[in-house]
Amino acid sequence: MTTTPTTLTDTQTQALLLKLTVLADDEIILAHRNGEWTGHAPILEEDIALANIAQDELGHAGLYLSLAQTLGGSDPDQVAFWRGPDDYRNTRLVELPKGDWAFTMVRQFLYDTAEALWLEAATRSTYAPLAEIAAKAVREEKFHVQHTALWVERLALGTPESERRTQAALTELWPHAAQLFQPTQGEDELTAEGILPDLNAVHARWTDLVTRHLVDKCGLTLPDAPTTQPGRDAHTEHLAPLLEEMQSVARQHPDAEVW
Amino acid sequence: MNGRTAEGGRQKADHPAPSAISIQPSAVWDALASVPDPEIPVVSITDMGMVRDVTVGDAGRVTVTFTPTFSGCPALHVIRESIEQAVRDLGVADVEVRSTLTPPWTTDWIGDDARERLRQYGIAPPAPTGEGQLIQLDAEPTRCPRCGSLNVRMTASFGPTLCKRMYVCDSCREPFEGFKSV
Repeated sequence: MTTTPTTLTDTQTQALLLKLTVLADDEIILAHRNGEWTGHAPILEEDIALANIAQDELGHAGLYLSLAQTLGGSDPDQVAFWRGPDDYRNTRLVELPKGDWAFTMVRQFLYDTAEALWLEAATRSTYAPLAEIAAKAVREEKFHVQHTALWVERLALGTPESERRTQAALTELWPHAAQLFQPTQGEDELTAEGILPDLNAVHARWTDLVTRHLVDKCGLTLPDAPTTQPGRDAHTEHLAPLLEEMQSVARQHPDAEVW
Repeated sequence: MNGRTAEGGRQKADHPAPSAISIQPSAVWDALASVPDPEIPVVSITDMGMVRDVTVGDAGRVTVTFTPTFSGCPALHVIRESIEQAVRDLGVADVEVRSTLTPPWTTDWIGDDARERLRQYGIAPPAPTGEGQLIQLDAEPTRCPRCGSLNVRMTASFGPTLCKRMYVCDSCREPFEGFKSV
């Protein structure tokens, strides 16, 4: 932590705060969706795997929000538990209900590959605190990618039923996945400074990686490239009930100090 | 453990202001070497390579810098408190525990001796991390901690803690946990 936040301009700081919040929001919401499988996954091992993945995602959200706090952001718990759906900036990809097992695994694969490639690029950030976080998180992400890649393959090449469900999940999720590559406000300037990875380059690498796996290896069909997408401030009706459940304990016990 | 307790007792009796005593960093390292990893008690936090730095300031303040293994590890609070307590048990009043992410912890930080103790405990130690290929879709080879065979199957890529995954050995038929190579 030798590089101090003071090396950023005010505009850069605000843009980075937003980007860190956006990254954390995706992690928090998807972690909650994964947590919904606890006690309900097809087998015990997968129950445990998804809980592990969710735990890693919350760990990454904690890293992003702790860095945001040093840039003037609020306490991480405050950010997670005291903002409503209008203030969350997660993608619709992660807030959609967990669906069936194929839906959960395809979503996780699309998300994990995007996150892993973004983090790998972010290890070269010129902003040392972000590069440090990326170097930490990318090592953990490797296991998510391996796990979900295998599951998607197993489902796509399994029975006609599992193939049908996997293709249906991909068809529904594909347009939403593109939202992961929408730049946030001020992101272009941070990219020009080398503080953030070039999102277009990450997108190209991601498209190549997932196409090779989903199409070449698993025999699935990619839907057409999506046209324009609404921004991260436009949510589905599914986010509000998710937050209500996720935040209920914190809001009932605002003075709790030990969890 | 016993030695440290006796030491703390002696200091209390003979030296009313132990914080005034200048302590050597090596003594702090020795104390930290007996702080167990909360999830794998057969190894200590120094065995795991989690303690990065120990400094003793002019005023007797001891600063311990540690690095988390997994960012979402729920044991981090316990480890932080254990470090602080271990240093206080040496009679140090002013303790600061810092965390750092740089360089990031990898399983390559686990010492050879600790790897052998992991194996004896029934946990396959991690393979070398193989820098330069962070994003790969296949996992590294693992050896059965019991019979040494490479004829093993991963039965679950995640385990009871973030750092482990589950295997079964097809040579000796024993199920076992393997440390992820991170």
